[in-house]
Amino acid sequence: MLELINDFNVLTAFWMTIRLALWSSLFALIIGTIVAIMRLSPVGVLQWAGAAYVTLLRNTPLTLIILFCSLGLWGQLGVEPASRTSDTFIVDLNFRLAVIGLAFYHAAFVTEAIRSGVNTIPVGQAEAARSVGLTFAQNLRYIILPQAFRGAITPLGNVLIALIKNTTVAVAIGVAEAAYALRNMIEFRPDVILLNFLIIAIGFVILTLPTGLAVSYLSQKLVVRR
Amino acid sequence: MSAQQVLFDAPGPKAIRLYRILAVVGVLIVAGALGWIGWRMWDRGQLTADKWSPFLDWSIWQNYYIPGFWDTARAALAAIVISMSLALLLAMGRMSDLAPLRWVTTVFVEFFRAVPVLIMMIFTFFFLSRQGWFPDNLNPFIATVTGLVLYNSSVLCEVIRNGVGSLPNGQREAGLSIGLSSSQTRRIILIPQALTAMLPTLVSQIIVIVKDTALGYIILYPELLTRARQLGSAEANVVPAYIVAAALFIVINYGLGRLAEAIEDRQRRRSRSAAKATGAAAMGGDTGGVAAGVGMHGKIGTGSTSGTAEEGY
Repeated sequence: MLELINDFNVLTAFWMTIRLALWSSLFALIIGTIVAIMRLSPVGVLQWAGAAYVTLLRNTPLTLIILFCSLGLWGQLGVEPASRTSDTFIVDLNFRLAVIGLAFYHAAFVTEAIRSGVNTIPVGQAEAARSVGLTFAQNLRYIILPQAFRGAITPLGNVLIALIKNTTVAVAIGVAEAAYALRNMIEFRPDVILLNFLIIAIGFVILTLPTGLAVSYLSQKLVVRR
Repeated sequence: MSAQQVLFDAPGPKAIRLYRILAVVGVLIVAGALGWIGWRMWDRGQLTADKWSPFLDWSIWQNYYIPGFWDTARAALAAIVISMSLALLLAMGRMSDLAPLRWVTTVFVEFFRAVPVLIMMIFTFFFLSRQGWFPDNLNPFIATVTGLVLYNSSVLCEVIRNGVGSLPNGQREAGLSIGLSSSQTRRIILIPQALTAMLPTLVSQIIVIVKDTALGYIILYPELLTRARQLGSAEANVVPAYIVAAALFIVINYGLGRLAEAIEDRQRRRSRSAAKATGAAAMGGDTGGVAAGVGMHGKIGTGSTSGTAEEGY
């Protein structure tokens, strides 16, 4: 088993999975928060644009989005988020395109998670904020969003776990992460196919299980006591 | 006053002006983004007639999108039916009085919820190809459905279990007190109620399944996305082919999402009127307990963040 892990660089593959997950979750959180603010804002156009974003992205398969990033965004529309002069051009390019796809897709779920966090806040909080004269922006910044994030730890954590698992889709555009390693292992060592599967599967259990535990710990620790 | 407006006051003249400015800025940003995409597409010759005119040709639909849609629907349908049946069995197992059965099903459920669907699809595909139990052209379909079933039955099992857990305790006690055994109580009293309450969640799980059939693309299952790619190569219109495929997926899933919301609304209305009719306030709303969106009165509501809408990654 150790021999398999070494021969096929399973650890390197999982490091790629982790890097994909970290970068995508960072950007997804940023985009998702912006879209959530748009949806909460008093401006009709922004609300509408935010809702449209969520509806469109949430209902499209991730495979399609990631494939589009590679074949459409880069292949046809010429968006090139990597430098051609670099030695690792193709690797960087596919990695970054996958991050773009993952981030934009999961941002829609981040938005919904934050909105559900806002739903946990009693009306009195926003009313009190208004009555002491806070503007909408101050209200969001000091009252609503801090509590919303704390109330949204569980759904945000679920999005993160889903994101970690969804990084496997990047294999569709040739990013050398865990699913890619599995395909390689099966191709060259088909005699131990079940062991190959178990190694990769347990790798994901090792990644997602502690994440889940950390999320439930944090959600209890950070819950807004009322 | 709608709940949303709790976040900000009724705007005065200054605020109205500010909102207008923000609205204009918003329109400009959205238009700018769309315009950039449009310009980019135009610049790269993606908006020319020969990229889009194939869609006017019936044979494109007949050869690519309709068979693709059919294959997507076939896999999704098989997956949802099998997942639901397996989920019922798993839920019975997880709630069983037999400890070993509980352990086995718990490990099964936790394991397959933690492993990505694609990993299971890839494994099943190569495994079946090696074993040669089925004709080669069936393997992608079976592998796609197997991956979907293993994951979704585990998720649905937990949904059923949560549904049973959220029923009022009196239901179980009443079942036991009229002399049903605890497994009879589960089967006859608890699970049927949980199933009714989980209908909206089931429908939104179908959305997840429909989206995940697209993973079949990676193991050569000829579903909608695979066909779109074939069309893109055949007619040299990759971008339009994907855009049309995405639009089809969005229409199907949006429709399903609306269906889930409608079912949820209906159940909420029903449970409310039932509670009113019997005057049993303690029971009211409990039928909707599975859908987490219930019972948010007095919170800052922001439109329908229904419980069902939160799932579906």
